[in-house]
Amino acid sequence: MSDVVTIKKVVQEAYDTKTFVFDWDAEVRPGQFIMIWIPGVDEIPMSVSGITDATKSITVKAIGDATNAIHRFGEGDKLSIRGPFGNGFDLSSKNVLIIGGGVGTAAIMPAVVQTGADTIIAARSDKDLIMLDTARKHASNLWIATDDGSVGFHGNAVQLMREKLKEKSYDCIVACGPEVMLYFTYKACEELDQDCQLSLERYMKCGAGVCGCCVMDDQRVCRDGPVFTRSQISKLTEFGVSKRDACGRVVKFR
Amino acid sequence: MVSLKTSVGSVSLERPGMIASGIMDETGKSLVRVLESGAGAVVTKSIGLEPKPGHDNPCFMEVRGGYVNAMGLPNPGIDLFKEEMDMAVPKGKVIGSIYGAGPEDFSKLAAKMEDYGACAVELNLSCPHAKGYGMEVGTDPSMVGSIVSAVKSAVSIPVWAKLTPNTHILTQIGLAVQDAGGDAVVAINTLKAMVISPEFARPIMSNKFCGLSGGAVKPVGVRAIYDLKSVLDIPLVGVGGISDWRDAAEYIMAGASAFQVGSAVGTRGLGVFEQINSGLSAFMEEYGYSSIESMVGAAHE
Repeated sequence: MSDVVTIKKVVQEAYDTKTFVFDWDAEVRPGQFIMIWIPGVDEIPMSVSGITDATKSITVKAIGDATNAIHRFGEGDKLSIRGPFGNGFDLSSKNVLIIGGGVGTAAIMPAVVQTGADTIIAARSDKDLIMLDTARKHASNLWIATDDGSVGFHGNAVQLMREKLKEKSYDCIVACGPEVMLYFTYKACEELDQDCQLSLERYMKCGAGVCGCCVMDDQRVCRDGPVFTRSQISKLTEFGVSKRDACGRVVKFR
Repeated sequence: MVSLKTSVGSVSLERPGMIASGIMDETGKSLVRVLESGAGAVVTKSIGLEPKPGHDNPCFMEVRGGYVNAMGLPNPGIDLFKEEMDMAVPKGKVIGSIYGAGPEDFSKLAAKMEDYGACAVELNLSCPHAKGYGMEVGTDPSMVGSIVSAVKSAVSIPVWAKLTPNTHILTQIGLAVQDAGGDAVVAINTLKAMVISPEFARPIMSNKFCGLSGGAVKPVGVRAIYDLKSVLDIPLVGVGGISDWRDAAEYIMAGASAFQVGSAVGTRGLGVFEQINSGLSAFMEEYGYSSIESMVGAAHE
């Protein structure tokens, strides 16, 4: 259903990324998302990045018209939202390794808070890292990776994951990030026979599993996902390969 | 043992429920998934001559009693849609939904759908939120007549016309379909609607206008089928707010030989087809209806 909520707090996470905390007492599970309406601009899906009984948050990187418009909102402003949508992560085991890449870190943070599990946060560079304070407070171990080596492990999230999996075994990898990162996370998990749950993304319209615009093969990312298990992903021929545009045309990644 | 087999003219169906156009039917694999979930046939997204992205978001939202949408006929265009049809057609009955601005567009599109293996075409004469298409061409009986007769001469597969409830001359439009040789009438499409945000003092949909679907429209659809059954001899397909066997039975007793399910895929999930099938069988068993045919129009006697 649609709700109008009030922004309570805005946190600058990085030069281009802000967290918006708003009053909303809806029940939301880690890994679910909401649709946010920006009047006159667009309506877009956003992962819920923080969950308390009375408040929820989204963490937004300013990359397009809609996200830049959200950045102009401040404390006291109203947001019109729909949701929550999607399945969310299965966190029945606490022995998981959680991985967030770039702004995908927003989607995994409620799982970090709920489980206190070991966590990897990865970004291009130190200036792109987000939500480190929350992660430090809740994760048993927090490891950081940057592509340029400006802080933490010099390399990407998947390389660091491989290192950590040599030292310790986990029931499951829980990850969200750019599709290329998730694709290689999946490949590594297949190679190492490691269970995983990955939060995927596609262009969305309804968010409710009706219109079929966000399908990957026969799976609706908005309703059957956005979190898919390793065995589900093994059947998705479009994952890492192609997506559909607003017309439903196939667009290859490379 | 009761049978759920039915037919819409020459199109025979193992089960009476189909997915309504616009729901999980833009890609081949999605259509196959719906066919495997207990639907007797699938109706594709409405396809036009050229690719179309549809209206900007927001184009959908939940309202009391259903959904509103203003998708705006997004589709990859008839040429690219071939590969989706290639995947779906071997797996079951596929009805190709098409939209156009006039008889020529519809004829070209219908011919392609026939080439692709559609078992029938459904003419979208009823979308309430796309300028120049749908309801704008489907509320004028003479335009409807010329579209149907043009398509009839272009293809040999059955031609179904999906009509809008947003008119006071529904039965005249239905008669125009029948007189032009149309094989079936599908009713209803969504009710033209609008949702306004008090906080932002503006319509929520980017397109302002939208169409209402879901449980709230069911009595309107049942009435439309009842009215159409009173004047038409060609078969009817009922659609609008069906989410359980009772809803389906209402439409059948109003005069529909088969039905379509849309919004309930969102509210109930894809299991809705199996739920309706088993509920309908149990009802038919208990009340002594041996076939769908024996129930069609029962409320008229």
